[in-house]
Amino acid sequence: MAVNGLSLTVPRGECFGLLGPNGAGKTTTIEILEGLLEPDEGEVEVLGLTWRAHARDLRQRLGIQLQETRLAEKLTVEETLRLFRSFYHRGRSVTELIGLVELEGKRSSRVGTLSGGQRQRLAIACALAGAPDLLFLDEPTTGLDPQSRRQLWAVLGRFRAGGGTIVLTTHDMVEAETLCDRVAVVDQGRIIAVGTPGELVESLGAPKVVTHRGTLEDVFMALTGRHLRDD
Amino acid sequence: MTTDRGGARHPLAELTLARVREFVREPEALFWGLVFPIVMAIALAAAFPARASRPVRVGVALGPRADAVRRTLAAVPGIEVRPLGRGEAGAIRDGDVHLVVVPTDPPTYRFDAARDESRVARLVVDEALKRAAGRPEPWTAREEPIDVPGSRYIDWLIPGLLGMNLMSTSMWGVGFSIVQARLRKLLKRLIASPMRKREYLLAQMIARLVFLVPEALLLLVFGALVLGMPVNGSYGAIAAVCLLGTLSFAGLGLLAASRAASIEGISGILNLSMLPMWVLSGTFFSTSNFPDALQPLIQALPLTALNDALRAVILEGATLRATGPELGLLALWGVVPFVVALRLFRWQ
Repeated sequence: MAVNGLSLTVPRGECFGLLGPNGAGKTTTIEILEGLLEPDEGEVEVLGLTWRAHARDLRQRLGIQLQETRLAEKLTVEETLRLFRSFYHRGRSVTELIGLVELEGKRSSRVGTLSGGQRQRLAIACALAGAPDLLFLDEPTTGLDPQSRRQLWAVLGRFRAGGGTIVLTTHDMVEAETLCDRVAVVDQGRIIAVGTPGELVESLGAPKVVTHRGTLEDVFMALTGRHLRDD
Repeated sequence: MTTDRGGARHPLAELTLARVREFVREPEALFWGLVFPIVMAIALAAAFPARASRPVRVGVALGPRADAVRRTLAAVPGIEVRPLGRGEAGAIRDGDVHLVVVPTDPPTYRFDAARDESRVARLVVDEALKRAAGRPEPWTAREEPIDVPGSRYIDWLIPGLLGMNLMSTSMWGVGFSIVQARLRKLLKRLIASPMRKREYLLAQMIARLVFLVPEALLLLVFGALVLGMPVNGSYGAIAAVCLLGTLSFAGLGLLAASRAASIEGISGILNLSMLPMWVLSGTFFSTSNFPDALQPLIQALPLTALNDALRAVILEGATLRATGPELGLLALWGVVPFVVALRLFRWQ
């Protein structure tokens, strides 16, 4: 069982991070929220709606980026966005979407020729195609270089400035501290701590680490103890 | 109210376009779909020219009268005397010669009685040698060679090649691209959007119809203009048979791809389902070559139905009504797999 007894609430307008080591159950959790996996037990309510009763509505209002999706390599950036945009009843124009993720120069380039960062921004643009109320991102910056990571954060910042809600998974502490209002530390399918990055750092109490200011990474290590485990 | 799609077309159109674009940007796929059948037609036309123009190939074994026999046979039109380079058995096995004459008195003929061309060679050579030996002729028959368009092997072959090509491009085109999208997690990403599943599957089939036009047209035009195949049926009937055949095999491709989760898996399934039809369905040689016990199976195969219907409309000028049973069978082969595929289909 990847996830068990996990309970969380995310208010609108918030950026919420699921933080945890690989295999902690982050992807399972987010895919249950996205309606891609069905939970054996328990209830999921997204934007006040349930998957059972409102799947079509929800699909129109959610933006989703999956871990490891490889978009069709032979299509261009514009063609890919046109395809995804056609599924939604509302949203920005294809040109606006391209501008939003700063891919103007790559508009007519095939996906196969894009760098990792450019592909990821395209994936985010696909997720934004329907002007979603809520954006789900599964490890959006894993494997990206620092420049690409910052470019992607800027895109997400603009989405939030427009009132959008984000739920993301990451095992990158800097990303969690930079983007998230609140984070939940997940390990072995359970939430072991929830709070703002600041609260979590404070909750560590007397600094165990005296050489530098406490960080989310210290919290993470203290909670999951991965540095002492071999699995 | 019109739906705002931000400059994009209807999803079905965008999905179909995406598939068409992916295909035309895949040079290998274009080769197999368009060029390969033409190459195949040329090769087979060269290998099996019209019977009348094919000489009988004869070898003469060593012996005191060998030179005389060789001279006699070489003078007869329709007989080609060839040297027995690597020995008799090898020459006959490889078809270098159809018959070997041992110059004894009377002559001895060595040939493979199981081969049609060897039996013909025996008759032609015996006739020539007897005539040269002074046999009186009871008469000299008048010959009226006729060349009926549509009766040559190549005429018979082209509709079969067309049917086989429609089968393989449809099944590979649909099956392979779906499994690839599944492997890339693209299917999963698509169903995370509001895309309708049936529109995706429908688009895969419609895209096949788009490719059908150049695929069928190229082979038919090449067959008619370059190889002189007669086209006796109406273009509408030919188009309708091609269309139904393509939809039928696209449905089968969909079924083949409904669960496969690896390239090896889908390749195996496709080869396994197409191989019997390549052999049994009368593409290269007539289905009547197979024993009666196999006929019910052979006649139930979709490629047999497609090949029979194509030959009927193209060569015999049959109407659609006349090919009703074949078309009905094809439709059944299209609808049933499609419906089953919808139920079995695994998106992630």
